[in-house]
Amino acid sequence: MSAQAIVEKLKAKFSAEILDVVEFRGETTVTVKKEQIVAICTFMRDDFGYNLLCDLCGVDYMGQTPRFMMVYNLYNITTKERFRIKAPVAEEGANIDTVSSVWGTANWHERECWDLLGIKFNNHPDMRRILMPADWEGHPLRKDYPVQGPDREPYKGRLS
Amino acid sequence: MAVNNSETMTINMGPQHPSTHGVLQLILELDGEIVTKATPHIGFLHRGIEKLSEHRTYHQIIPLTDRLDYLAPMSNNLGYVLAVEKLLGITDEIPERVQRIRVIMAELTRLKSHLVWLATHALDIGAMTVFLYCFRERECITDIYEKVSGARMTSNYFRVGGLSADLPDGLEGEIRDFAESMPGHIEEYEGLLTGNRIWQKRTIGVGKISAEAAIDIGITGPALRASGVDWDLRRDNPYSGYDDYDFEVPVRTGCDTFDRYKVRLDEMRQSARIVLQALDKLKPGPILADCPKIVLPSKKDVVNNIESLIHHFKIVTEGFKTEPGEIYHGIEAPKGELGFYLVADGSAYPFRMKIRPPSFVNLQGLPQMVEGRLLADVVAVIGTLDIVLGEIDR
Repeated sequence: MSAQAIVEKLKAKFSAEILDVVEFRGETTVTVKKEQIVAICTFMRDDFGYNLLCDLCGVDYMGQTPRFMMVYNLYNITTKERFRIKAPVAEEGANIDTVSSVWGTANWHERECWDLLGIKFNNHPDMRRILMPADWEGHPLRKDYPVQGPDREPYKGRLS
Repeated sequence: MAVNNSETMTINMGPQHPSTHGVLQLILELDGEIVTKATPHIGFLHRGIEKLSEHRTYHQIIPLTDRLDYLAPMSNNLGYVLAVEKLLGITDEIPERVQRIRVIMAELTRLKSHLVWLATHALDIGAMTVFLYCFRERECITDIYEKVSGARMTSNYFRVGGLSADLPDGLEGEIRDFAESMPGHIEEYEGLLTGNRIWQKRTIGVGKISAEAAIDIGITGPALRASGVDWDLRRDNPYSGYDDYDFEVPVRTGCDTFDRYKVRLDEMRQSARIVLQALDKLKPGPILADCPKIVLPSKKDVVNNIESLIHHFKIVTEGFKTEPGEIYHGIEAPKGELGFYLVADGSAYPFRMKIRPPSFVNLQGLPQMVEGRLLADVVAVIGTLDIVLGEIDR
């Protein structure tokens, strides 16, 4: 099924949820509200066969509201097609429902996202840090976290 | 070592255990010799490559990608440069010679990675000789690496829009000799292992995972193909001219360690085939795309042409800017799908770079594969997943 047809069906079923549809370099991205993310992901998996969640990550758009964007890169192993879903997450108490019940692989990806960006996943089975030590303070991939590490001067660009 | 009241024992394995292939820590709960629960702990090698990338120009990130899966540096280079080329929209402008050389090096890298996998996997299970044989052949590939890029492991050879240098004189013959000798060597390894009764006992039926469970957990690459899923990005979403080569995608349905071993060996045979085909089709030509604002001009142009001098200066000091946008590009790395998700804001630095490392996702399947099995199988399963902590921890 073409990406266009999928977008049409998504719009028909979740008309109130769709915020934006973008096509760039042949890749389709649909931005949706975060409230129905599990239902939308389940729909993508069951009705369109996107059985593999390739990747899940967060992006920090510091200075914009909402601040964070969750990104789900989906793949259909039968038709070999890709699709991308995004959902904005507000900075205040950043949280979104887990999709680990839809794709088991989301478990570790979401832990990584919590660890590095500080986005909480509701109903996640194992919400612990994964890459940083358990007692680490802060979330290193946030734009306001200095690249040299904590307790250092923020990065001011290259000196050359 | 701790004993709790339910009569299971909790033991720690790693991160300094030789069979964990790096710094993987496993907390194992044992009931006698049976593993009842396995909890992987990762992150000991975290260097913040994604964070560092946000502060480097697109060209400066290539050396960082070498250090992801350090047993297959050129695959990482390839995945990254293809992603940036897609972001820039110059995928169609890459010269044919560049694509051929990229394929040759990527397939040699697959052989290199699989040779280390076979060597260490067999060593973990107790077959010492194979280790020495595999490293003998790996040495040839490392020598080829050294001749094309100057480095034996961290190659940093591919560039956005091309290559850092052309193949040196006489190397094509050397690569051809090596690729022609490879099927014979694979026979040698198979002779030592496939019919070996100890090898069979340690691998057949060990670490089983069904196709559905494997897809759910996100396992990709040879581990998924050994569970009966016929999917290879080189054939199904071709990149870098892979649709131009005749090769088979080995698929087996045993779902166990033995079939994963067979799939990888068959893949090595196919890789040697692809290398030979690419060498046959290799013609002289430019090794950089004609995109003066992106690729560095040749040294000769820089000293003779003021325009090139300016471009060289600008690219080195400022990097190149991209259109705002976001792309995801996945390639078939030796261990599975290696994906790069890039978000660009129009500056010379990526706004966000997310790496999808195959080992990170494949390792997630480990608890499912070992729980309910013997402690000794844990070592076999770590080997068969072919993990590299460099890309898991990034």
